[in-house]
Amino acid sequence: MERKLLEVDNLKKYYPVTAGLFARHVADVKAVDGVSFFITEGETLGLVGESGCGKSSLGRTLLRLEEPTSGQVFYKGRDITAWNKKQLKELRREAQMIFQDPQSSLDPKATIGDSIGEALLIHGVTSEKERLARVEALLQRVGLEPGHATRYPHELSGGQKQRIGIARALAVNPKLIVADEPVSALDVSVQAQILNLMLDLQGELSLAYLFIAHDLAVIGQVSSRIAVMYLGQIVELADRDGLFQRPLHPYTQALLSAVFLPDPHRKRQHIPLAGEVPSPIAPPSGCRFHTRCPRVMKVCRQETPIFQPIDKDHLVACHLYDGK
Amino acid sequence: MATNNTILQVSELKTYFFTRLGVVRAVDGVSFGLRQGECLCLVGESGCGKTATALSILRLVDSPPGQIVGGEIKYHNENLLRSTGARLRQIRGNRIAMIFQDPQSSLNPVLTVGEQIMEPIRLHLKLGHRQARDKALSLMKQVGIPQSAERMAYFPHQLSGGMKQRVMIAAALSCNPEILIADEPTTALDTTIKAQILDIFRELKQQMNMSILFITHDLGTVAGIADRIIVMYGGRIAEAGSTLDIFDQPKHPYTWGLLNCLPTIAERREKLSPIPGMIPSLIDPPEGCIFHPRCQWRMSVCQQAKPPEYVILGEHIAACYLYQKAPASAGL
Repeated sequence: MERKLLEVDNLKKYYPVTAGLFARHVADVKAVDGVSFFITEGETLGLVGESGCGKSSLGRTLLRLEEPTSGQVFYKGRDITAWNKKQLKELRREAQMIFQDPQSSLDPKATIGDSIGEALLIHGVTSEKERLARVEALLQRVGLEPGHATRYPHELSGGQKQRIGIARALAVNPKLIVADEPVSALDVSVQAQILNLMLDLQGELSLAYLFIAHDLAVIGQVSSRIAVMYLGQIVELADRDGLFQRPLHPYTQALLSAVFLPDPHRKRQHIPLAGEVPSPIAPPSGCRFHTRCPRVMKVCRQETPIFQPIDKDHLVACHLYDGK
Repeated sequence: MATNNTILQVSELKTYFFTRLGVVRAVDGVSFGLRQGECLCLVGESGCGKTATALSILRLVDSPPGQIVGGEIKYHNENLLRSTGARLRQIRGNRIAMIFQDPQSSLNPVLTVGEQIMEPIRLHLKLGHRQARDKALSLMKQVGIPQSAERMAYFPHQLSGGMKQRVMIAAALSCNPEILIADEPTTALDTTIKAQILDIFRELKQQMNMSILFITHDLGTVAGIADRIIVMYGGRIAEAGSTLDIFDQPKHPYTWGLLNCLPTIAERREKLSPIPGMIPSLIDPPEGCIFHPRCQWRMSVCQQAKPPEYVILGEHIAACYLYQKAPASAGL
């Protein structure tokens, strides 16, 4: 069996809501509320969900860019939730992040070469000559010219900036990259270039990706397995074709039915969802989706469904499938 | 081709932006007609001129730096480019209404949503407060805002993105406009909410026979809503035709590129086929066909002169020298 690179066990991330002069703690935004999954070496796990479902918080928390409220994250079998600063630096050499907006994640006053070189410097490449050579090699690796090293971010297009974001993540030879909506700010013709680049790099460097996006077609293009998130929890997780061809959770079914495909002949069987996503401060009792679910039953309002396998590699948290 | 039920005819529109770095030819000779009760989609990537085209119709282009330097926009028999400010204010929001991409920034944060929907009603229809209120309430119900009586007193920040976009649509519909211009109205919304909003647009078209000019970059949305499609690139029309023309028999290499580079749900493509290169600068655009540096089929003629719009069949036109044996179009 493939080795698990990253394993997440019942991870929670709450953001406190405060009120009053003394910032009294009145409630929590339960952004991530008990999430478990794993990523094996060299695979892509897609994480899909609508805005506010907690997918970005999850990505940031499992790299400890945010401190988890509870739960455990194992990287290569070692629990990183208790790691100190020095150990975290070691983790950052293995696990990197790519952000949605390459504009705001690059220093506007630093040249591209300096931005990428900084990552190398922090991780111990002290010789300037060596850094320069590495920067040029990285730029070529992501499809840019060595000459781009002396340019500034504002001189580049959105697609080029995202290539820089990727180059910077690759600088430390990571094994895992968390990519948070890496192509959603890009035009479709450029989006395809970046997706191809990410797939090429994965093949060559045996990278594992946690690919976070809201676009199901994009997720389907890059992922071997896909997790669907709703209101802080994973409701379904399956391999790509299993999820697209046999979605089990009513939320996954509604999400897939709401996708507009570039095909005017396709008759859409749209499953409309009533209402809106409830507040993550006080999520509904029982199954969190019960307020909008077209197949809601009595048990859904009372009992939280268990996230469990239905068949091999297809997990779902829904009372329709647990015999109740 | 202006037909009998064309209610808006844009001819040879040119909108340029005069910036410090040079002249940006955002819209550079665009012609099309919008018919009664149809949904016409303007499709293209960022910088192709689709938003500048829409803003030009209502003369909302920021000036300076923008300026409409040529062409004609005929609404019924009136050239909107010659209309006075007072006349335009009568038309805007009343006969031709517009919805923008970001409902957050187009709603006034210090007025309740009820007041904002009532404003055009009182201004254009000259109704009293109570009648305007009733009308606003029924509009909010029509666009699917639950508990509308209560929500009228809400401020924009109390509503979600999808609800704010519904408020914008309600305000736009308030005076029963003949034409609705929607600039990326679903781009900022989540998948399931987007589907709900597009259903509202479909109903508007079917039940109220409204003409919709729908601007988007998303071909999936287009396939779900358009009757006719105009594909724009670099400030010009690359290809235009019925929805089936464009999706089943695309003719322009740029349209091929757009359709091929999309990931699909049905199968995982081994490799996507992106369009090489990037969108050109409109300050210093390539000579000849603007698409030629990225085009795999380019010929020597493509680098010399801008291609005219050739007629493929009926209303299906493509601005590409691959079809130079076809007759040149007399304009849509």
